[in-house]
Amino acid sequence: MLDQSYYDKADEIIAFYGKKQASLIPIMQDIQGVYRYLPGELLTYVAEQIGITEAKAYSVATFYENFSFEAKGKYIIKVCDGTACHVRKSTPILEAFQKELGLSAKKHTTDDMMFTVETVSCLGACGLAPTVMVNEEVHPRMTPEKVLELIHELRGDSDD
Amino acid sequence: MGTITIDGRKVEFTDEKNVLSIIRKAGIDIPTLCYHSELSTFGACRLCTVEDDRGRTFASCSEEPRDGMVIYTNTGKLKKYRKLIIELLLAAHCRDCTTCVKSGNCNLQTLAHRFGVTNVRFENYKERRPLDESSPSIVRDPNKCILCGNCVRVCEELQGVGVLGFAERGSDAMVMTAFDRQIATTDCVNCGQCRVFCPTGAISIKSDKDAVWDALADPDTRVVAQIAPAVRVAVGDAFGLPKGKSVMGKIVNVLHRMGFDEVYDTTFSADLTIMEESAEFLDRVKSGGKLPLLTSCCPAWVKFVDDQFPEYRENVSTCRSPQGMMSAVVKEYFRDPEHAAGKKTVMVSIMPCTAKKMEANRPNSYTKGEKDTDYVITTTELIEMIRTTGIYFADLEPESSDIPFGFGSGGGVIFGVTGGVTEAVIRRLAPNHTKATMEEIAECGVRKDGFIREFSIPYEGMEIKICVASGLANARKVMEQVKNKEKEYHLIEIMACRRGCIMGGGQPRLAGERTKAARTEGIYKADNVSVVKKCDENPMVLSLYEGFLKGKEHELLHNHEFCGK
Repeated sequence: MLDQSYYDKADEIIAFYGKKQASLIPIMQDIQGVYRYLPGELLTYVAEQIGITEAKAYSVATFYENFSFEAKGKYIIKVCDGTACHVRKSTPILEAFQKELGLSAKKHTTDDMMFTVETVSCLGACGLAPTVMVNEEVHPRMTPEKVLELIHELRGDSDD
Repeated sequence: MGTITIDGRKVEFTDEKNVLSIIRKAGIDIPTLCYHSELSTFGACRLCTVEDDRGRTFASCSEEPRDGMVIYTNTGKLKKYRKLIIELLLAAHCRDCTTCVKSGNCNLQTLAHRFGVTNVRFENYKERRPLDESSPSIVRDPNKCILCGNCVRVCEELQGVGVLGFAERGSDAMVMTAFDRQIATTDCVNCGQCRVFCPTGAISIKSDKDAVWDALADPDTRVVAQIAPAVRVAVGDAFGLPKGKSVMGKIVNVLHRMGFDEVYDTTFSADLTIMEESAEFLDRVKSGGKLPLLTSCCPAWVKFVDDQFPEYRENVSTCRSPQGMMSAVVKEYFRDPEHAAGKKTVMVSIMPCTAKKMEANRPNSYTKGEKDTDYVITTTELIEMIRTTGIYFADLEPESSDIPFGFGSGGGVIFGVTGGVTEAVIRRLAPNHTKATMEEIAECGVRKDGFIREFSIPYEGMEIKICVASGLANARKVMEQVKNKEKEYHLIEIMACRRGCIMGGGQPRLAGERTKAARTEGIYKADNVSVVKKCDENPMVLSLYEGFLKGKEHELLHNHEFCGK
């Protein structure tokens, strides 16, 4: 059971977009924006509030890779594995992240909730391949060495 | 309006909404897996693709007809496409056809035969997923799902429940409930319509046949059957008899041969239902009780009220359903040591309905701590059981059901169609049973076309407003209007399945328009030949009330507490 504050926040977001079916995606985006994931209980709540079935809301939420029902880390690292990045060796970059952070294809988030590593199909920055995004920031022309530097930097950053 | 040319022949069309319906009207059974005239057009399976005179291909289900169109339905290109589509569907399908319950009754299997798919060249990369057997009514096998979306659409569009949806996407896409919850924990009302619309074995009836066979084999057990009205018009065509023809006498015969000790007719307890429900209705009207009175015969509807309109729980009639009344009365009858004769009684209810399996498990389906209905088998399961015996059903001589609970009035028989319960109530309220009165009642609006019927009848200077609806999406519409005070009724009859129990979730699948009409007609014909038209003139009902039911009416015929699931 979620804390009441989650439902209050959801009410606020729902009020902003209006109780209509078309508001589903922006509401889910904003909720995920606040909590860095989409709590399942809130999806159920939103569906009921805007008058769609829970199954349909779940359908939309699982259709888009971007929505996650699992809590994500403070830093969401998206390793691009689109064609351009892949041929420019994005796989060793992903492996470097996973090895350094103790993650795998099944485990995406570190236990301390600091890092989440996932792949995306294209970031639209093929000229900068291989590309990585950390939250909203783009890191071009990555190498496995640069991965280690980046993690150290982020870890240091978070100590502040 | 216009003409299109199909395979070189001119075909006229009027208001058909798509090219597909015109092709079918022209006598060509164009293959489909996801198209259903009662559902929204989905266009997923692409099997109905046709070619026009310029070689362009398109799905005929999703194309509006235009005057002068020239199309071909069986070109070499199309045949190749269709075969490949089936082959690809089969590649990702659990192909255990020999042991699949839908075998012989599966649209995918039929099409694979039709298009000569004898070899599947592709490997199945799908991960095997567990079955959902949580529901007392249906079993979901995701490994047999072809993503046609019929269940998703029927649940949402016709039933207004919407517990199923598509999850994930692309090759990961699956049909599932929200958060992949067990279906029994959702708002599923157990109506079984998803199973009727499912073209494969992905959704099937939870079978109770084995338990019934075991009971039949036990010499210390008295196995009692009750047969619901809608069953009798849906068995014959499985054995080559005309669609919709009532074969009640043959069913009684075959059940006796299978070893049932007593075979009763649920029309008898439908009569009891009307006795009780009309009394309750008049009492509520006269004493200012909760109105509108909502009928309680349909368990899927009762659960729907419980889940979706909980504020109306008290409006639901306290009467047990005909199944519940029959089982409670029969069990009580055989509790008398003289009747029991040292045998244990097992009550088997034969129903057109999957939700009855859920009703039988409800906490309020027990009397004196004993389960009233031990097993519910659907019409489909009955047909399978008859096939198991190898008895030539069509050749059987009709037999009459057993006394004292084997005789019902015409009013009990029409419970099988939408409006039947209401019509039986009106007959009960009628001062006489002359032919003219019965005809007048039939014309009062209760048999009108349409899935929502509104009408009113005069009664002792009052105007009684009635609404009869079938299909839960229509029920939702009616209830929303009542809730918003846009409409006011005294009595609302709801059957969860469109057209009533004759199209229940436990009935044989693949019933087209002709079958639907024939089943309705079969029910009314069975009423026409009934000597007794109304419950209060059924001598067996009257003697029951004067006899052993005296003082036990409330205990045996009513729910003491509302209970939706």
